[in-house]
Amino acid sequence: MQTSRTNPSLTVFVATLLAFAVLITALSEGYGTGHLSTSFIKTLGKTLCLGLAALAMDLIWGYAGILSLGHMAFFALGGYMIGMWLMYARTREIVEASLSGGGLPATPQELEQGIASQIFGVVGGSDLPFIWGFAHSFPLQMALVVLVPGVLALVFGWLAFRARVTGVYLSILTQAMTLALALYLFQNESGLRGNNGLSGLQNLPGLADVDQATLSVWFFWASAAALGLAYLLISWIVSGKFGSVIRAIRDDEARVRFLGYSVEGYKLFVFALTAVVIALAGALYYPQAGIINPAELAPTASIYLAVWVAIGGRGRLYGAVIGAAVVSLLSSWFTGGRAPSIPLGFGRLDWVDWWQVLLGLTFVLVTLFAPKGLGGLFDALTGLRSPNRRGAALGPDQGALQEREAQK
Amino acid sequence: MRHLSRFLLIALCWLWTGFAQAQVAQEILQSNSALVEKASRQTIGPVIDALATSGDPAAAMILGAWSAKGLGLRKTDGRFVLLGPSADGYALRDLNGNDIGTAPTAEIAELKPNAGVRGLIATALVQFNLSDPDPTKRADALASIASDPTEAGLAPLRASIAAEKDAGLLAQKQRLERLLTLRFDPDSAARVMAIQSFGADIGLDLRGALNPLLATRRVVVVGAAPPDANIAQELLPGKTLTIAQAYELLQAANLAPARLTLADQRAALIANLENGAVGGVALAVLNTQAARDRAYTALEVAGKVPLATTEDEVTSALANHRFFDVYLEADPAVTQAASTALAAISQQVGIMQAADLALDGLSLASIYFLAAIGLAITFGVMGVINMAHGEFITIGAYTGFVVQQWVPNYTASILIALPLAFAVTFAIGVAMERLVIRHLYKRPLETLLATFGISIALQQILKNIFGTQARPLTSPAWLDGAWVLNDVVSISYIRIAIFVLALVFLAFFLWLMKRTRLGLEVRAVTQNPTMAASMGINPDRINMLTFGIGSGIAGIAGVAIGLFAKVTSELGTDYIVQSFMTVVVGGVGNIWGALAGATMIGGLQKAIEWLNPSNTLAAQTYMILFIILFIQFRPRGIIALKGRAAGD
Repeated sequence: MQTSRTNPSLTVFVATLLAFAVLITALSEGYGTGHLSTSFIKTLGKTLCLGLAALAMDLIWGYAGILSLGHMAFFALGGYMIGMWLMYARTREIVEASLSGGGLPATPQELEQGIASQIFGVVGGSDLPFIWGFAHSFPLQMALVVLVPGVLALVFGWLAFRARVTGVYLSILTQAMTLALALYLFQNESGLRGNNGLSGLQNLPGLADVDQATLSVWFFWASAAALGLAYLLISWIVSGKFGSVIRAIRDDEARVRFLGYSVEGYKLFVFALTAVVIALAGALYYPQAGIINPAELAPTASIYLAVWVAIGGRGRLYGAVIGAAVVSLLSSWFTGGRAPSIPLGFGRLDWVDWWQVLLGLTFVLVTLFAPKGLGGLFDALTGLRSPNRRGAALGPDQGALQEREAQK
Repeated sequence: MRHLSRFLLIALCWLWTGFAQAQVAQEILQSNSALVEKASRQTIGPVIDALATSGDPAAAMILGAWSAKGLGLRKTDGRFVLLGPSADGYALRDLNGNDIGTAPTAEIAELKPNAGVRGLIATALVQFNLSDPDPTKRADALASIASDPTEAGLAPLRASIAAEKDAGLLAQKQRLERLLTLRFDPDSAARVMAIQSFGADIGLDLRGALNPLLATRRVVVVGAAPPDANIAQELLPGKTLTIAQAYELLQAANLAPARLTLADQRAALIANLENGAVGGVALAVLNTQAARDRAYTALEVAGKVPLATTEDEVTSALANHRFFDVYLEADPAVTQAASTALAAISQQVGIMQAADLALDGLSLASIYFLAAIGLAITFGVMGVINMAHGEFITIGAYTGFVVQQWVPNYTASILIALPLAFAVTFAIGVAMERLVIRHLYKRPLETLLATFGISIALQQILKNIFGTQARPLTSPAWLDGAWVLNDVVSISYIRIAIFVLALVFLAFFLWLMKRTRLGLEVRAVTQNPTMAASMGINPDRINMLTFGIGSGIAGIAGVAIGLFAKVTSELGTDYIVQSFMTVVVGGVGNIWGALAGATMIGGLQKAIEWLNPSNTLAAQTYMILFIILFIQFRPRGIIALKGRAAGD
C-alpha cells in the first residue's frame, strides 16, 4: 500500500477511530452501559463531523495553500439540503395523520397544501417554493447535498481562479461569498424560512419509534465511518503525484505553471472536492444538531474552521482532526458553564466570559511560536525536528535536502 | 325635519342678534336646554352652530367651557352657568363671565359632553381660533383643519383669510383653502382651478388631498354602462381582472350563486358518507380530486347535494355582465384634472426620489469610506490583513461612550472623544504591531489568522466590560434633525457630518502621504524596505507608526459610526467584510481607489435597494455577487497601481 507507506498516520488514525467508536458505543445509553448521556454522544458525533470538515480544510489550505474562509458555507448548505428532506418528510407524516383523521383520505393537492402551510406558516407563506421541488425524495435531495455545494464551488472557484485571485484576496473573496449567502438566506423570500431556519431535524421520518439514544449512536457511527473514509480518500490523494503537484502549487504557484501544469484546474478540483466533503459533513452534522439557520454561515464560522486546522497543525491530516476535536470540545466545555471558575483576589474568572479571550490569545501564540500546532507534538514524539536554517532558503537544486534534513 | 329645525333656529338667532346681543348665547342655551342637557352627536349640531354664529362675544368662551366640562345647569332656576372650582362645591359665573357667587355640588348639574359632542364643539371653535389674536392659536387651528380636513372647515377658513396679517400664516391659510376647495367646494370649475393652481407641487398634503378624489369602487352591471357614473375604466374578465375575482364580484353583488369550493365539496362528501363509500365511490380511493368530483356528481344526480356551478355557467354569467371601476367622485372634470395633476406630480416625485437616492448613496459611500480608510492604510499600503480592524472601530465608539459618561455636554464630549479615540486605538495598534504583526510580515495569511485571534479576544473583552446591550452614543443637539429640501428629498445632519468627516480624512490622508516626511518614508518602506533602510530610514519605526495611524483613524471612524449605529461589541464585525471589499474593489495601495470603491459600493447598494425597496438584505447579497463578478474584469480593482509599485 503506497498510501499507508507515505502516510504512516493512516493505519494509526483508522485504528484509533475504530477503537474510539467501539468504546463510545459500549458506554452509550442506546447500546451499552449508559455511562455517557445521549447529548454527549451527539456532541461527540458532531465533533467527528467538524473533524471531517477540518480534514477537508487541511487539504485545501495545508496542502494546496488556498486559505478559503468560506468553506463553512458549504457545510451549512449540505445541512440545508438534507434538512429540507428531513423537514418535508417529517411534516408529511404529521399532515397525513391529521388529514386522514378528517374523514376522507387526503388528495395530493391537500397534502402539499398542508405541508406547505405547516412549514412556511412561520414566515407567512403557504406555497412550497420551487427549490423544494425535490424535497419529497430522499435520493434526489441527497444528490443535491453533493451537487449544490459542488456546483457553487465550481462556479465560484472557476471565476476566482480564472481571474488569478490568490492569497489574502481569495480569502476576502470567500468571506464575501459566505456573507452573501448568509444574507440571502436571512430573507424570508429565499424559500428556506429566513432566520427561522430549518428545525426538528433530529427526528428521522419513518423512525418515530426509534428513540434518540439509539439514533445518536447511529449518527455517531455514520460520522465516524465518514471521517474514516474521508481520511483514507484524502491521504490517498495527497500521497500520489496529484498531492505533489498541489503541494508544489502551495510553495510556488508560478513555477508550477511554467512547468506546464494547469494550476487553475488543480485548484478548482481541490476547491470543489473539499466543498463536497464539507457538505457531506454538514449533512451528517445538522441532523444531530437538530436545527440550522443562516447564522451558521456567518463569516466567522469559516475563520474558526481555519483556526482549528491551524491549532491542530497544517499539512498533516490528523492534526486538523485533532485541532477541530480539541478546540470544539474545549469550547463547549468552557462555554457550557461546567468549567470551574478561578477565584482571583479581586474577583472571579468566569470561563464563560473569558474562554473566548483565552482562545483568541492562544491562537495568536500558536501562530507566532508553534506554526506546526498540536501536530508538532507528534513530530517531537517521533523525533522529527525541523532544521534550523536561520532563515536561509534551500536553493532550487538542493530541493532534496529538505527531505534529508527532515528525516534526521 | 332636522334641516327644518336648524333653519328655524338660525332664523331665530338672527332675530335675537338684532336687539339683545349679550343675552343671545344664554337665550339659545335656555331655549334648547333639554337638547343641551342630554347632548348627543346626532341632535346637538344646530344648537352649536347657532351659538357659533350668534355673534355673541362670549360664545367662544362658553363653547370652550362646555367642552371642558365647565358648563352647568343650576337646578334652582334652570339657568346655565359657568363653573369653577371652589372650597365647597362650585364657583359660579354667568355666561358673560361675571361672578355670581358659589353653589354646593348638589345644586348644580354639570354637563358632561361625550366625545362626539366635544368633536362638534371643537369644529365650531375653529372659526374663533382662526381669527384669534394669538398667532400660535391660529397656527394650531390651521394644523387641526389640515390634519382632519372637512367640508365644515372651508367657510370659516375663507372668512379668516381677509383679516390675516401674518404673511407666513396667510400663505398657509391660502394653501389650505385651495386644498379644501379642491375637495369640498360645490362648484366644479372652482375645484378644477384649485387643482390646476398647484401645478406639479410635490407636497405630501397635496397628494393626500388628490388621492381620495381618485378612489374607485368596483361595480357590476347587466348590459350597458351606468349613464351617470364617473367611470375610471372598464375591467375585462380574463384580462384586467382574473376570472376568479370577477366571479367573486358577481357573487358579492348576489348576481350569481357561490361556486363550490374544495373545502365545501370535502364537507359535503363527508356528510354523505355511507357504508364506507360516497355516491358509490369507495372511501379509500377518494384521495384524488378526480375521484372526489365523480362522487360529488353521483350525489348531485341522486339529489343529495345542491348542484355545483359548472365552468360553462361561470363563463356565461361573466359574459352577461360588465365590470367597471367607478370613481367615488361624481364630477368627471375634477377626476380628469386630478389624474393629470397626479401624473405630473409623480414624474416630479420620481426625479426628486432619484436625487434623494443619490444623496443616500453618497452618505452610505462616506460611511463605507470612513470604515475603510484605516484599512486603506494598513491593508492597502502595508499589505497587512488586520481582521481586528472592526474591533478598532468598536473601541473608538466605546471611547466615545465612556467620554460621554464623564462629560455631559454632548458637543464637548464628541470633540474630546475624537482625539481620544485616535490615541487609544493608536496605542493598541502600535502594541499589536510590535508584539504580533512585526513577526509575520513574510506570512500574510498567518497575519490574517493571528489578527482574527486578537479580534475575537478584543471583542470578548469589550463584551465583558460593557455588556451585551447596546450603549448609546448621543450626538449633539445641533446634529439632530435633517436638512429637508422638500417632502421627498431630505438628509439628516449626522450624515452630512459624516460626509464632511470623510472628506476631511481624505484630505488628511493625501496631505500625510504626499506632503510630509513621514508619508515619503512610508511610501519608500512599502515599495522597497531594504532600499529604504539603506537610505537611512528605519523601516521598523515607519511600519509601527503607519499601522498606528491606520488603527487610530479606525478609532475616529468608530466615534462617527457610533453616532448613528448601535454601539455593541459586534459593531465592527458588521463593517469588516465590507471594508475589505471596499479596499479590494477600489484598488489596493491607493486612497483614490478606496474612495472609488466606497462610492461604487454605496451607490450601487442604494440603487439595488431602490429596485427592490422592501429588502436591504437582498441588496447586500446582490452587491457582493456583483463584486465577485467585478473582480473578474478588474482583478486589481478600479484604480490599479501600475509598474513597480504594483509589487508582484
